[in-house]
Amino acid sequence: MTTEVLLISSILKIVFVLVVTVGAFAPVLIWAERRQSAMIQDRLGPSRAAIVLPPSAVAFIEKARLPMWRGFALTGIVAIVALVAVTWVAVRGTNPLPIPTATLTKALIGFGAASILLRVGYGVHGMIVRNHGKIMVLGLLHPLADALKFIFKEDFVPPKSDKFLFAAGPIIALIPAIAAFAVIPFASTLHLDYWNQVLPRTGEVSGTAIPLQVASLDVGILFIFAVASTGIIGAAISGYASDNKFSLLGGIRAASQMVSYEVVLGLTLVPAFMVYRSLRLEDMAMWQHEHSWGILNPLLAFGFIMFFTAAIAETKRVPFDLPEGESELVGGYLTEYSGMKFGMFFMGEFVEVVALAAIAAILFFGAWDVPFLHRDGFDFRLPFMASGIVVQLAHSVVIAIQVLFFLLKIVVFIWFQLMIRWSLPRFRYDQLMKLCWKGLLPLSLLNILLMGVFILSGVLDKYVGLLDRL
Amino acid sequence: MPATVKVIKKPRRTIAEQAYVPEVAKGIGFAMGRFFKNTFGPTAKKEIDTVKYPEEKRDYPERFRGIHRLTQRTDGSPRCVACLCCSTACPAQCIYIEAAEYEPDDPRYGYERYPAVFMIDELRCIFCGYCVEACPCDAIRMDTGMHMPPSTSREHFLYDKETLLSIPGKDGTYLTANPRHEPGDPSHPGIDREQGH
Ligand code: SF4
Ligand code: SF4
Repeated sequence: MTTEVLLISSILKIVFVLVVTVGAFAPVLIWAERRQSAMIQDRLGPSRAAIVLPPSAVAFIEKARLPMWRGFALTGIVAIVALVAVTWVAVRGTNPLPIPTATLTKALIGFGAASILLRVGYGVHGMIVRNHGKIMVLGLLHPLADALKFIFKEDFVPPKSDKFLFAAGPIIALIPAIAAFAVIPFASTLHLDYWNQVLPRTGEVSGTAIPLQVASLDVGILFIFAVASTGIIGAAISGYASDNKFSLLGGIRAASQMVSYEVVLGLTLVPAFMVYRSLRLEDMAMWQHEHSWGILNPLLAFGFIMFFTAAIAETKRVPFDLPEGESELVGGYLTEYSGMKFGMFFMGEFVEVVALAAIAAILFFGAWDVPFLHRDGFDFRLPFMASGIVVQLAHSVVIAIQVLFFLLKIVVFIWFQLMIRWSLPRFRYDQLMKLCWKGLLPLSLLNILLMGVFILSGVLDKYVGLLDRL
Repeated sequence: MPATVKVIKKPRRTIAEQAYVPEVAKGIGFAMGRFFKNTFGPTAKKEIDTVKYPEEKRDYPERFRGIHRLTQRTDGSPRCVACLCCSTACPAQCIYIEAAEYEPDDPRYGYERYPAVFMIDELRCIFCGYCVEACPCDAIRMDTGMHMPPSTSREHFLYDKETLLSIPGKDGTYLTANPRHEPGDPSHPGIDREQGH
């Protein structure tokens, strides 16, 4: 592999990760969290932020609607004629029109796409006119408005605070959350030389191989734990530096809570390492791709529930949001923060949510593994079928499907975390600590013990073999 | 007499409740049900209560007290007889009335007066409705169903007689449901200055 390819691909991967987490997931999460909670409570939620067009533009849009409708109808008719003709050719084998079949296919795709686009444009234009020139996009503009507000808000610094630590707090909270994404694989290895060919299902492939993760570290998941625990320092020193007793209490609470749950978080995942026999996230994904998803293993499923609980406590979100518990601590360690500094804490929290969703998806739900998708395409095959329905796909398409599926899994987990957040009441602090040290910790140790027994007695191998045959 | 004490037993939780996880699952399940119903359900089944205010407006109840109007007689003159009951009753003292006599050849001359000036400062008004209660002639009403329209100047909130007369009720008329009996009408009880009580 040449150095340039390595460099360019690394930069592209970093940009991709940043765009996906900070650029897309975090802002959409800010919106989704409020919208979802509203939907649970029979409200509409944020939906009114709008870009307002001047009346002249609205009049122009109104005038453009009729031609668009006509264009949609005309192209639609052509597309339907082409569709009928192409179907005719496919069924009868003869071409009824004096136009070559290749042209017909091209016409079908071109005019069909144009027709759909025009219809969508007609609908969007109609919506703008009906809203009197306001473009609202389901309320997705609210994060934008929030960002603008954050940037232009007064950046208040308490006069007696420790200025340096006060400014450093949000940065220390945000950066590790993003850094955790460095080791997360979002698809299987990309073989650049064969991107438009169908690869064989198994076997080594020569040539340039780009692992689709920013850094392929041997310590893998331990790196995530290491950087994630740096986030504690952010919360703790910002609570200390704020010169506010509520902040200090919040910071202390955050520190002790996160330190406690850090232990459990690691221990709940140990059974998974024992099964996958690796700490590298890409190896874990590969193992699940070759065998079966981790969640199908009952002990790992139990571990998953504990991991998810500990993970929510680690991100300091409801029902474990005691560090900011506004009923007793005003805003906890966030009390004195405003403007973009508060925004960074906020962002850090949401990026952590995404990171945890990604870890849960990788460790227990097969990472980028799509059921029935192999390196050469789909093979829908059930145990009782002699041979499956095979759809061969080019390598790049396979990779794209894997990335999309991985993102979908992340979205589902985020959605679930938000669901928990809006359903459960907050714990008391002693309950929180009790749950950690007297509940989750012994249970996860027991889980490790059981997993050890299973592996040594050979039950696990038989079980995995049974799942493999299905 | 000894006090009777009602002993309430401490509610006991079942093991399923103590275990927390099943109850959590139940709660999340309920919330998910609401979420799916309101987000992806058919429009008729959604139970969203939000009113998108400027575009949609909720109907006010029948007895909503909106801005005032002065009701008219059938000939378009105000029903108000300038008795000052309303301005006396007004706790905010925001009604200003200057009473005037009709011309001597008017049939109403000497029988009743009319307001030469009738001003309500809608900014001072607390919308209590006492003026409406006090009026003996059903001449002032708050059944317009309208808010006070916003404005940039305090002067715009001084509603004079012409403005108040030009505001229709919620039903669109300038009259009221109570008929008026003018002197000379057959329905008039026949008491006026000439005939005496
Ligand atoms: S509503 Fe009340 S405050 Fe307003 S004018 Fe009538 S009596 Fe006065
Ligand atoms: S509005 Fe009614 S109460 Fe007020 S002065 Fe006129 S007649 Fe009297």
